[in-house]
Amino acid sequence: MNEILTSKKESIITSVKETFNDVGKVTLFAARFFTEVLKPPYEMKEFIKQCYVIGYKSLPLVTITGFIMGLVLTLQSRPTLAEFGAESWLPSMVALSLIREIAPVITALICAGKVSSGIGAELGSMKVTEQIDAMEVSAINPFKYLVVTRILATTLMIPLLVIYADGIGIMGGYVGININSDVNFYRYTSQVIESITFLDIFPALIKTFFFGFFIGMIGCYKGFNAANGTESVGKAANSAVVTASLSIFIIDMLAVQITDLFF
Amino acid sequence: MQEKPTTDTTPISKSEAPVIEIKDLYKSFGKNEVLKGVTFSVKKGENLVVLGKSGSGKSIAIKCLVGLVSADKGIINVFGTDITKLNNNELNEIRIRIGFLFQNAALYDSMSVRENLGFTLKRHAKDLSAEDLENRIIDVLESVGLGEAIDKMPSELSGGMRKRIGLARTLILKPEIILYDEPTTGLDTITSREISELMMEIQKKNKTSSIIITHDMPCAKRTSDRIIILKDGVIHIEGTYEELEKSEDEWVRSFFI
Ligand SMILES: Nc1ncnc2c1ncn2[C@@H]1O[C@H](COP(=O)(O)OP(=O)(O)OP(=O)(O)O)[C@@H](O)[C@H]1O
Ligand SMILES: [Mg+2]
Repeated sequence: MNEILTSKKESIITSVKETFNDVGKVTLFAARFFTEVLKPPYEMKEFIKQCYVIGYKSLPLVTITGFIMGLVLTLQSRPTLAEFGAESWLPSMVALSLIREIAPVITALICAGKVSSGIGAELGSMKVTEQIDAMEVSAINPFKYLVVTRILATTLMIPLLVIYADGIGIMGGYVGININSDVNFYRYTSQVIESITFLDIFPALIKTFFFGFFIGMIGCYKGFNAANGTESVGKAANSAVVTASLSIFIIDMLAVQITDLFF
Repeated sequence: MQEKPTTDTTPISKSEAPVIEIKDLYKSFGKNEVLKGVTFSVKKGENLVVLGKSGSGKSIAIKCLVGLVSADKGIINVFGTDITKLNNNELNEIRIRIGFLFQNAALYDSMSVRENLGFTLKRHAKDLSAEDLENRIIDVLESVGLGEAIDKMPSELSGGMRKRIGLARTLILKPEIILYDEPTTGLDTITSREISELMMEIQKKNKTSSIIITHDMPCAKRTSDRIIILKDGVIHIEGTYEELEKSEDEWVRSFFI
């Protein structure tokens, strides 16, 4: 009995140690990004390609989820608001929840699933098949070419996707309202615009840059550090999604606290 | 591109000076001691074949040579400079002069053959015009006999073609040393003979020095000036193909059957 306990204790200790070890390594990885991002040569072409792959190719997915978010949010909130006779607040409420919280988080989670795992798998398989080593021995900095471009692309594209999802979500809200009542589009949008202030948009936008950065960084980290063997490609992709999603929630929580503190 | 380091100042005549000199190289992964004091050298223009059982550390040894894997201990002189003491930029200047053919070719999957070949060249010869770049790609592809594959993706190539494109990709930078990691493994005898002959041709034309890791004895016979065999983390024996073939040591002879 005692033995089992000690072995349990030891395994917990090692897993805690490993977690800290990982956090340290990720931090170093991120630090390397910041030291290399400003140094020439710049891989513009690869950066633009990644923006296309990460941004443009995610549009269909973000469109569908964004629209459904707005629609469902409206339909779900309506009865509660109706109970208080506050149905006229519906457009503002939907827009605010979308912009402040739901669109950033859901879009980021979708992108963690699509983009982070994609990057993890791509770089992981490049690592396993020695393509990253091949760049290294031909005196090309693979970190610069592969990692810096991808992290920059996600950091830039995720906020854009979130803004797009905000818009689509608000459209979804309009459709949702019109299922039960008849609201004119002009009145709906003007009500939405009136209710949104700079303080709703700004903190939410800032946090999406962090979402983007972490989605790219974790995908790259997992792929770049994949172990040998093909099964590690799947592992890299998988743990990229898990870690990126988790970090999105943590960033979101911190963002709320910080916003409360300052605004 | 850059000045040659100090090999020329050594008293030995230039053709005799080793371009690669490895002394007492140690490398272990955790408890797995892979290299335990490996010492060998390669002279200019020489083809050194490295034999050894699977897992004996052949690939690791040449990866140490280009700084892909950092050695635990030992001296690795390439062109007269100890690469273990270089920073990354200095190391890269040496790396440009070395071609490395990976065991599985390691072609960039997301790029066409043209982009695979142009990728490094574009970044190291920035003053090259688009036309010259294209010409050099075509030239080097023709020298490996695959001119028509220029627009293919790596996934459309057979194993032998991948090896050749990998070879073309290392040749395009005109390296002075080429490290071949099993250039013929997994190929039929005819293709593997073609590749060995290609290697010899390249060596004659460009006067490169090479290290060739192989399990393919006909290839070793055709290409080797000298052979070393790795065993238990050290160089077990060294000699020409003919010498080793007649060795007293049964274990050594077993490679030649
Ligand atoms: N990244 C690594 N981490 C841990 N151990 C490794 C690593 N790379 C290689 N090894 C170990 O080093 C030893 C030598 O590997 P190496 O790839 O050099 O063998 P090899 O002689 O090239 O074999 P083969 O002929 O099969 O290619 C093996 O036992 C392997 O398990
Ligand atoms: Mg090997």
